[in-house]
Amino acid sequence: MIVHAIFFYTFSLIAVVSAIMVTVSKNTVHSVFFLILDFISISCLFIMIGAEFLGMIMLIVYVGAVAVLFLFVVMMLNVVQQKNTSFESDSDGKHIPIGLLISLIIFFELIIVIGGWKYKPDLLNSISLNISSELTNTHSLGYVLYTDYIHLFQLSGIILLVAMVGAIVLTFRKRSGLKRQSYFKQISREKVEGVDLVTVDSKKGVNIDV
Amino acid sequence: MFEIGLGHYLILAAIIFAIGLAGVFLNRKNIIVILMSIELILLAVNINLVSFSIFINDLTGQIFTLFILTVAAAEAAIGLAIIVVYYRNSGTIRVEEIDQLKG
Repeated sequence: MIVHAIFFYTFSLIAVVSAIMVTVSKNTVHSVFFLILDFISISCLFIMIGAEFLGMIMLIVYVGAVAVLFLFVVMMLNVVQQKNTSFESDSDGKHIPIGLLISLIIFFELIIVIGGWKYKPDLLNSISLNISSELTNTHSLGYVLYTDYIHLFQLSGIILLVAMVGAIVLTFRKRSGLKRQSYFKQISREKVEGVDLVTVDSKKGVNIDV
Repeated sequence: MFEIGLGHYLILAAIIFAIGLAGVFLNRKNIIVILMSIELILLAVNINLVSFSIFINDLTGQIFTLFILTVAAAEAAIGLAIIVVYYRNSGTIRVEEIDQLKG
């Protein structure tokens, strides 16, 4: 139990500190790295409390895909070169106290909710998918995901597809002066317009500047 | 103190949520950091769902965490694409200079 506590406090301390560093870091690339550290420590927490599949998926999806996407965009947009500081900007810092106030209020509201919260008495009797101790986490998730939640699963696939199409359409740029193949033009070419039979007079040649 | 229960995880999630929210409010540097703060907020939601799922022994929370993960990935992709397009059009992604709506 004490090992559990030590691991929990270590990982959550790393997570909180790196979350703070994400927001206050001056260099955007450093922010992305702290975001990666945050995701890694939270996925360690997930693995620790027994949601191994989600922990590994967090590692793969966030650290492997989303964070790298952020890094690519940061490098592409060259925001590091833009000379600026995060909080003391050219304008007055009037937004800082009010932003801090609002986030602190929301934080204390959440704490109040957590403090005064109780289980519904018949919660565990209600229809719930109990975690069985024989199956592994991945196994039991798979049993439920492809049967009870198959429609949501496919819908999330559609969401990913739409996101992919949207990202490609948004960032697609037509360049002028670029020679491209036009399949429609190629296929719809007829023999009549493509080939021109010329009768060449002897010793005169032919002018083919058409 | 050494008995880690549901409340510890909920408080951790609340702290990370508040930090993400403060990042959205306070940031004046560039939009990418705001997107990262939104990722932090979604992460806090995921922590809540997973810890409830583990502590009340119900698998549904983990499944919904999977769906939130999907939506978060899609949202990050679309948001970054919009940022790239905006940068191409206006040459800046500083939050202060994005004021075309005059809000």
